Amino acid sequence: MSELHITVNIDEYLALNKFDVDEETAHIELVENPDMTEFLKLVRVCPAGLYRISEDGKTSFDYAGCLECGTCRIACRDTIIQKWIYPSSTKGIEYRYG
Amino acid sequence: MADYDAIIVGSGCAGAIAAYELAKADKTVLVVERGNFAGSKNMTGGRLYLHSLKEVFPNCAEEAPLERRIAHERISLMTSDASFTVDFSSNEMLKDGQDSYSVLRASLDQWLAEQAEEAGADYIYGITVEELVKDGSKVIGIRAGDDEITGEVVLLCDGANSLLAESAVGFQRPKASTLAVGIKQVIEIPASVIEDRVLAGEGEGAAWLFVGDVTKGHVGGGFMYTNKDSVSLGIVATISDLATSSTPIYQMLEDFKAHPAIKPLIKGGKVLEHSGHMVPEGGRNTMPKLVGDGVMIVGDSAMMCMNLGYMIRGMDFAIAAGMHAGRSAVEALDAGDTSAQGLAGYISALENSFVLKDLEQFKRFPHFMESTTRIFNEYPVLVRDVFNKLFVVDGSPVAPIKRSMMPLVKKIGFGKLFKDARGGMKAL
Repeated sequence: MSELHITVNIDEYLALNKFDVDEETAHIELVENPDMTEFLKLVRVCPAGLYRISEDGKTSFDYAGCLECGTCRIACRDTIIQKWIYPSSTKGIEYRYG
Repeated sequence: MADYDAIIVGSGCAGAIAAYELAKADKTVLVVERGNFAGSKNMTGGRLYLHSLKEVFPNCAEEAPLERRIAHERISLMTSDASFTVDFSSNEMLKDGQDSYSVLRASLDQWLAEQAEEAGADYIYGITVEELVKDGSKVIGIRAGDDEITGEVVLLCDGANSLLAESAVGFQRPKASTLAVGIKQVIEIPASVIEDRVLAGEGEGAAWLFVGDVTKGHVGGGFMYTNKDSVSLGIVATISDLATSSTPIYQMLEDFKAHPAIKPLIKGGKVLEHSGHMVPEGGRNTMPKLVGDGVMIVGDSAMMCMNLGYMIRGMDFAIAAGMHAGRSAVEALDAGDTSAQGLAGYISALENSFVLKDLEQFKRFPHFMESTTRIFNEYPVLVRDVFNKLFVVDGSPVAPIKRSMMPLVKKIGFGKLFKDARGGMKAL
């Protein structure tokens, strides 16, 4: 989206973290066809930059780099986030510094 | 007969200390931590004021894995092209009981958990508690997967994003205006280089807060804490206001790192980790009930955190609250009454300690900060313009200070300046 100022490649930073991704189950789920105003909030607040809008305006979300902070749950649990639980046991982010 | 006297959900500052107190009093304690080790899901800015940990472990300054003793307090007002910094250092900050240290949670929390384990607490790692088990309104245990484990009392120490607080004490999901999101990178820099860059002695360092352009004028600020051989650099921003920003928070961090005042500080540094976590900022007025039948809620999960702009505290509250929760739970267990009434000693202990006294004292501050957006926009600009007038020489005749400064101040207006200053004083 042109109105958003984004130049950084967040994936390079996420690649430095230690993750054990639960490939079976998504611990966060969005509603189908999420409202764009609500989705934009998530683009702005997610510290891992997991909520994205492509140049042609398509929304995407990937839980794989999730830092499990819960910010999206606080911002949009009553709107476009229909499921928010912690990853199943032993999965997810593992901070080495924290 | 329950499986355990006490079950503790989460082994951060609150949970590990509560477990230590209970185990020390010969109670059977189970700590369930969802990370593969204590601290592996936790993050801080961060600096720990050591007083409350010293009360539990008098030798912690020598024994705990602390990073650097904070010898410099710095606050910078930033615009995109300027930065005004106050640097304060004082022997008072270094004295026993008044000292504070930068910390990293992966190491600190493991040490805290070790103390609890050595005192006799049982630990399970890598298990997520999915649900509290209840008998009517009384919490009687926890469920993880197919396993149910019962306890006479359950201590909820599961952090700022607690999914269990609603079931425990009816605490609804907090509003986006009462929580901030923190983003941080740990950047590796050699120890001696850190000391040279922040002008600190060996083993000492700086706590540095930034306000203004770092959040593009949104409610929040930047921080830098010096660790032993890394710095923690990041941003904290109130979620509701950040959600209106044209710059996402991770881009704010990237721009912050490129700011002329920050770039030289992290030059040559290598990013080791990129982290995110929420910070409760709503203060006393947004805290939940602290006890229910069979359950107590402690630390971040009870919103025990305070951001005054120039000072951010949460871990010292969590440690003190964990200590009081553990001790009050022991008393309740001895009396054979873990109902809300039996556990109420925890509330009075907190009311008599700095935890609720400080949160009560500063309860108006979150609203002041949120409603005084000039702090994040107009004031850093005013400071830049004033000091440009003062310091920049271009050979043209200099106007009298009064004539050059007055228009700058008038741009904001004396009335507003006075109102904000008065509002700030009242809230503090």
